[in-house]
Parts: sequence; C-alpha cells; structure tokens
Amino acid sequence: MSKNTVAITGNDAAAYAIKQINPDVMAAYPITPQTALVQKFSEYVADGLVKTEFVTVESEHSAMSACVGAAAAGGRVMTATAANGLALMFEIVYIAASSKLPIVMPVVNRALSGPINIHCDHSDSMAARDSGWIQLYSENAQEAYDNTIQAIRIAENMKVRLPVMVMFDGFITSHGIEMVDFLDDEVVQNFVGDYQPNNPLLDPEKPLTYGPLDLYDYYFEHKRQQAEDIKNSKPIILDVAREFEKISGRPYGLFESYQLEDAETAIVALSSTAGTAKEVVDEMRAKGKRVGLLKPRVFRPFPYQEIAKALSHLKAVAILDRSDSFGAFGGPLFTEIRSAMMEFGKIPENIDIIYGLGGRDINEQDIEGVYNQLDAIAKSGKVKERIQYLGVRE
Amino acid sequence: MAKLKEVSKKQDILSSGHRLCAGCGASIAVRQILSACDDPVVVASATGCLEVATTIYPYTSWRSSFIHNAFENAAATISGVEAMYQSLKKQGKIDKEMKFIAFGGDGGTYDIGLQSLSGALERGHDFVYVCYDNEAYMNTGIQRSSATPRGVWTTTSPCGEVIPGKTQYRKDLTGIIAAHKIPYVAQASIWRWSDLIDKAHKAFYTKGPAFLNVLSPCPRGWRFPSEETIKMAKLSVQTNFWPLYEVENGKWKLNYKPKERKSVTEWMEPQGRYKDALRPENKQLVEEIQKDIDDNWERLLILCGEK
Repeated sequence: MSKNTVAITGNDAAAYAIKQINPDVMAAYPITPQTALVQKFSEYVADGLVKTEFVTVESEHSAMSACVGAAAAGGRVMTATAANGLALMFEIVYIAASSKLPIVMPVVNRALSGPINIHCDHSDSMAARDSGWIQLYSENAQEAYDNTIQAIRIAENMKVRLPVMVMFDGFITSHGIEMVDFLDDEVVQNFVGDYQPNNPLLDPEKPLTYGPLDLYDYYFEHKRQQAEDIKNSKPIILDVAREFEKISGRPYGLFESYQLEDAETAIVALSSTAGTAKEVVDEMRAKGKRVGLLKPRVFRPFPYQEIAKALSHLKAVAILDRSDSFGAFGGPLFTEIRSAMMEFGKIPENIDIIYGLGGRDINEQDIEGVYNQLDAIAKSGKVKERIQYLGVRE
Repeated sequence: MAKLKEVSKKQDILSSGHRLCAGCGASIAVRQILSACDDPVVVASATGCLEVATTIYPYTSWRSSFIHNAFENAAATISGVEAMYQSLKKQGKIDKEMKFIAFGGDGGTYDIGLQSLSGALERGHDFVYVCYDNEAYMNTGIQRSSATPRGVWTTTSPCGEVIPGKTQYRKDLTGIIAAHKIPYVAQASIWRWSDLIDKAHKAFYTKGPAFLNVLSPCPRGWRFPSEETIKMAKLSVQTNFWPLYEVENGKWKLNYKPKERKSVTEWMEPQGRYKDALRPENKQLVEEIQKDIDDNWERLLILCGEK
C-alpha cells in the first residue's frame, strides 16, 4: 500500500482533489449528500491551504451564476452540487456550456424531488444530459477523485473549453469509506498546469461582450458549433486519460469493459452499481457462466459507436437505468444504447431495468436475477417485457 | 461635485447606436453613472431592456467588458467576476485597478433578482449595483412589478370594470437594501444629474458593496411623450414620490427638499398609465396615494435627522 493510500469518503476524496487543483474561485452551496464536500473544502480555506476565493453563495442558482461570472473573468473555477441544487441552477448550467466556460462540477447523484428524497439515483444528472456539459460517471471514491482531476484538463483544453460534471453516487460513494490512492500535490499541480485564459473579461485592453442576445440569424449556428465542440472532446478525453495513467497507473477510457469480450450476456450499469455487478460477474464466471459488464464513464459526449460495437457480439444485454424518463421508451441509458446499437446490423436482444430510484438498494441477488433473465432471453430469443422495474412493490 | 464641462469630455462607455427607445431613462442613467468611474470597469446586466437593446449579436454598444448571464442573477454574476479579480490580484496575476458594476431593471432587482442581490450584498463583494427602476417589466411589454406604484395601469394590472389598475403600493427596495447595512446606499434621479454622478462616484470608490436606485422614466410604459423624460424625473422628486437620499455607513442624509412639495396629481396627470386612477370616481384612491407619499416622506425626514 502506498503512503498516499487513505481510507476516506467519496466527498472527502473529491474535496481533496479540489484542494490539490487549487482553483482560483469556488462558488458553492451545500446540499445533501454533497454537504461534507463543501464543509471539507471550507476547512481548507479556513486553514489557508488553498489560494481559492471561496464564494459562499445563498443558493445553487447563484453558485452557477457566480461560476459563470468568475470563469468569464478568466480563471479556474469549480463548484459542486446534487439533485435539487442542480435543478435550481439548471438555467445557468445551459448558459455555462453555451458560453464555453470550463467550469468543473462534482455532482453527487441524488434523486430529484418530488417527493423529496435525499438518496441516490441519477435523475439529477440525467436531467442535465442535454445541457452541453461533458459528463463523467464514477464508480467509487477513487474514480471520483481521478475524474475530478482529469475533468480540469478536459474542460480547459483549448479545443474543448466546455464545462464538465463529475458524478458519483450519493451516500453509497459520497459517504461510504473506501481506500483511495492520492497523488502528491505537485503531481496534481503539474498535471492540471496553469490556467490559460481565453477571452477574459478582466483584460481592459480587450473589452468584449459575453452573453449577447442571439436571435434567429445566428443562434442556430452557435448551437451547431456547440454540438461539434462536445463531439470533438472525445479524443481529448482519451488523451487526458492516457496522460493520467502515466502519473497514476490507473487506466481510464470512454467506458470500462469487465469480462465483456467473450461474454454471451452482459449488463450495462453506471457508477456504484457497476461495482456490485463486478462481484456478481466474478461469482457467475466461477460457475462457468459467460457474463460480462460494461460501465459507461463518459455519458456526454456519448460514445455510441464504441459502446454499440463493444456490445454487438452479445446474445442479450440488460441496460440498467437508475432514473426514469417518464412516458419515454425506457430510461435514458437504454434509449441511447438501444438507438446506438442500430448502427450495427445485428442487435443483441435488449431489456431496460429501471432500478434503485430514491436510493432503493440493489444487491447481488438482484443483479444475478438480471443475468439469469438474460440467459433465458438468449436461449429463447424472446423478450417478455422490454422495460422493467426492479425492486419495486407493484 | 460633478461638473458638466468635465463629464461631457469623457467617452461614453455605452456608445451611441444602441436600440433603446427615444427618451429612455435607463440609457441616461447608465451614461451618467459610468461617467463617474475613472478606472476600467466590467459591466454586468440582468436580462431586460438595457441588455437586449445594447447587445444584439453580432453588435455590442459596450466599450467596456460586459457580461449578461440571465434575468435574476446579475448580482451573483458580477460577484463571480469580482471574486476572480480578487483571487488573481492576491496571486499577483493582475495589478490593474478595476471596478465592477451590475445593472438591473426593477424586474431583475425588486422581484426575480432580489435573492441574488441580497446574497451578493451580504457577502460584501466590492461592486456597485444599480437598479434602473422604470416601475414595470417594460422589456416584455409593461407588466406589473413590485416597483409598480398603486393605481397604475399595466398589462397585468389592467384597469377593468372592477379593478382600477394596480391595487398594491410599491415595495421600498432602497429601505430593504439599507437594512443590509452595506457601506453605501442611495436613491437618485437623472434630473439631478450632478447628485447622481456624485453618488455614483461614491458608490464606485467605496470599498464593499454599494447600491443606487435610480428612477428611470419610460415613455412607452408610463404613456408620456418621449421628450418629457427629464420632466417626469423632475416631477417624481418635486412631489416627494421619489425622494433623493443616501445612507452612508448607516447615516441617512436627505439630498433634496422641495420648497413646497407638489401635489401627486401633478406627477400623475401627464402619465397615461394613471388615466383611470384620475377619474372622478377614484378620488379616494388618489387621496390615499397622496397620504402614502406624505407618510413615507415624514418617516424619511425622521431617519435623516430632519425632524
């Protein structure tokens, strides 16, 4: 075990990443289950361990508004939120992306109200999936730490200049204590490098206007550019991952494949559920079952070709959605992946499992049940029910 | 005291060619206020007339750096700009003196942006916030706000068969801001331009948050000819409808006292928005409006140590 390996919560790991990144401005509002992150960062500020100007705003709406102002001013800016906080800042989340401001924001996934609930699901960040932010999902505290550091480099890359959300699961990851391997401060500092301003407001020699009224004669072209910009971030995300592996020894990609290559059936799951699924895969593999897992890391830009290709050899696949899209044909992950699989002629049989809303637990038996169902589908070639709800009383 | 000869020599930060209406009080207020700043300034604006009429892409009327974010967050936005400035200055990455100012209409200030403003004031950012108060949501076509006075017609407080315009009194925003105990708060008028420019200068060069509330007559919304903007501003002060005062480090000071206050009807009569309120059957309404103005004035005199 390295001297930098500590037992720590996901919130504290993300706060430590922010401390090491040492942003110029952080504007944040506490919200369960992100609160401990902001508290920890406040301690770093109080102890003079960061140079950050910490703006203790009165709401998440003002948090993102201040981040937009600070980032446009020309420096490194971070915040963090969850659930209703993200919903409150929603209007400005879109403005941050369209203004091409490289803000980095951990989002501690929590169910959106209502009814009010404080536990994990992905309804908050999934609601923001069309906002123009890059989205990285983290399985555990280590990935929350690593993704937060990588997010800075991705966001600030001159070919990208887009905001990035780093997701990890509320309570499961944010409050669970795990072993995390920290990098040294100077390693992180060298990795993120100095901030490169791009059209800063704080240059009186070059006055410029942010946020003009953009009508039918230009708006569409600007949105088209935005579509192109986020698409072009994909190779940068991979470049940053390769560089990060050099300093950390930990590989990252667009998604993680676990026992997938020779699998007959597989599950696709985001974040902490993927960790549980790995255990199940190991147990079932030990019994000779050819099961696998795909854990998306980058949900925006969605690597549809790569994911569809990685799943194309399967006989059946279950896509696990920890959020619903009411009235739609399945949850967001399912609709994207099923649509992506149309790119390849042969489409594996597929089902959507909507689970875990509002923190409803998902255990190994639940996941094993999904694999068993996939096995039956693979054998019969028949899907009884395409969109299913797992672990709910009906 | 501001001198016209000197002020007129300064280049306007808000250039000509913007698309605000002829006779708009807001652009006059903005020019007078920005003429009081001797350092580079970053301007923020809430969504509203000022923003939509000065930054229609690909054009901008701003010679300084300018940021518009959304409707309710000009104060939070400029607080972020200022925080970055403080951060970079402390780190030695910037050495220039710079000033920060946000403009919002009464919609963006009294109503939807009040929380954002209150938060930024409490946090103590070094910035100026200006409300150009035209007493309704003019940008979207004259809807009532909490700054709309009682008895006024707007498109969401229309004069109907049973309701004669807005039934509520306006909110005392300047008083609410003064209750934040920030270093400098003032109410001003584009008619008393020298007073306004002096107040703006104090606001820029007071450390910490400063707030100016400037009545901004709107020919379209108030229904008066566009050449009478300054006359409206003058009447608002001379009737004590819009008293001029400042609160400097908690000390209230009256800046203008009419020799003889004019009747509120002199302020109401030239404005089409008061047409229904001035009908004979609404005599009591006008009396109540007059009494409200007089009561507020009495309270202000006490606060300012004039009584």
